[in-house]
Amino acid sequence: MRGVAVIGVGETEFGELWDRSFRDLGIEAGLKAIQDAKLRSEDIDAVYIGNMSAGKFIDQEHVSALVADYSGLADMHLPTVRVEGGGACGAIALLQARLAIASGMYDIVVVGGAEKMTDVGEVQAAEILSSTADQEWESVFGATFAGLYAMMARRHMYEYGTTREHLASVAVKNHKNGALNPDAQFQKEITIDAVLQSPWVAEPLGLFDCAPLSDGAAAVVLCAAEKAHKFTDTPILFRGSGQASDFLALHDRRDLTTMDATVVAGKRAFDEAKLTPKDVQVAEVHDNFTISEILAIEDLRFVEKGKGGPATLDGVTALNGKISVNTSGGLKARGQPVGATGVAQAVEIVHQLRGEAGKRQVVGARRGLTHTLGGTGATAIVHIFERGD
Amino acid sequence: MAIPRFWREIASRYNLIGTKCGSCGKVDFPPRAVCPDCGRKSIGKMQRVKLTGKGTVVTYTVIHDAPAQFELQKPYVMAIIEMEEGVRLTSQVIDTKPEDVKIGMKVQAAFRKLGQEGEAGVIHYGYKFRPAG
Repeated sequence: MRGVAVIGVGETEFGELWDRSFRDLGIEAGLKAIQDAKLRSEDIDAVYIGNMSAGKFIDQEHVSALVADYSGLADMHLPTVRVEGGGACGAIALLQARLAIASGMYDIVVVGGAEKMTDVGEVQAAEILSSTADQEWESVFGATFAGLYAMMARRHMYEYGTTREHLASVAVKNHKNGALNPDAQFQKEITIDAVLQSPWVAEPLGLFDCAPLSDGAAAVVLCAAEKAHKFTDTPILFRGSGQASDFLALHDRRDLTTMDATVVAGKRAFDEAKLTPKDVQVAEVHDNFTISEILAIEDLRFVEKGKGGPATLDGVTALNGKISVNTSGGLKARGQPVGATGVAQAVEIVHQLRGEAGKRQVVGARRGLTHTLGGTGATAIVHIFERGD
Repeated sequence: MAIPRFWREIASRYNLIGTKCGSCGKVDFPPRAVCPDCGRKSIGKMQRVKLTGKGTVVTYTVIHDAPAQFELQKPYVMAIIEMEEGVRLTSQVIDTKPEDVKIGMKVQAAFRKLGQEGEAGVIHYGYKFRPAG
């Protein structure tokens, strides 16, 4: 299998972007990534798009061809692919593009991720997010997406003594990081008290335990590693990727406080990379709810099982802590345009490994990881990146 | 949603019909064509069984931010319930105050209205759970 490198990255600002359409966002991110890689459009072999639910959010399917078209690539008749996998779709698009290059079929692929979520109302948007859970055996009974994560949180509290303060410390840390990210939806620090006093969404999760609804897009340019030096002095290499699935419904899983899909995806990625969690300095993990980050850092073995809450409160995962987690602000503060998530996580890791993350730079970051979830953990995907110069 | 979408799930939603693997004896709910533990060995051996409806709360939440059709019920309790047969499912816990629900609480299935498709649409029914007597 050929090595694959990231040679360009770009993203839009994230937020409630009333004046921007899905296509505006996808194109801005794509063009920034292409410009960053100093590509000519004739260098591109294919376009992959991660998008969860344009059909429901903006009533538009076939968004792969749409984005290529409005990026000025229609005349090139490029193959375009749209990938769906709940919240993991951007990360899966990255893996599929990596495989396409590794196989030798393509040399250069642009991977985008985009979601436009605010063209529908908040209640409808929450229902669309719930559609990545089991509609027939969870949602129809009244289980919301937040409610399912809340039940994981409740069980984690019961088994490990995790507290609401522990959960809140995830949101506080990610807002602190988001305040240093000019593209983040929330660039404002919050306190533990503010999280604890936010209105209930699904007990024990309050509003500030939940990532927001967002518009936004991100893109990366992938290139065969052997050709990457033609475009950049600091290619960022894929060292390992792992993807895993699990029972669709939360109630069918082996353990409500461990995401087996994350455990397996992480193991596969670390095995391929021949690395361990200690070898990684910076990670972007899927914090769609505060409990999700606690589960992720445990299941990826950054901290001991059950200790994710105290570790976060103690600053283990803070910027330039033992392992810097969600330096971008994560889904919580950077924002959560679903399809963009996996790609935006990779964009942040590339900025960190290139040493261009500004005020939120992790000192000496050489290897980074992304972790992305679909649904309530029926899909998980992990990529490990390393500076390739 | 079209009516058949609710109609075809009636057996399981009204009467808690699941399947028992003829190979290992494990019970699944809703019915499965293939046992997750036995795989190919179980094909053609999945027998229909009716659950007793008795179970225990494994975890729960109180929903305050509800989908449109549950708006009038909020706040309401959702739980993952482990049935006597070992299989788990997700359902509402009713006929009790949210603050009285606990992990480990014994519950019993009840037949209730689940929802309605708009003002004049189909009303669909199924199981909810209440504290066991």
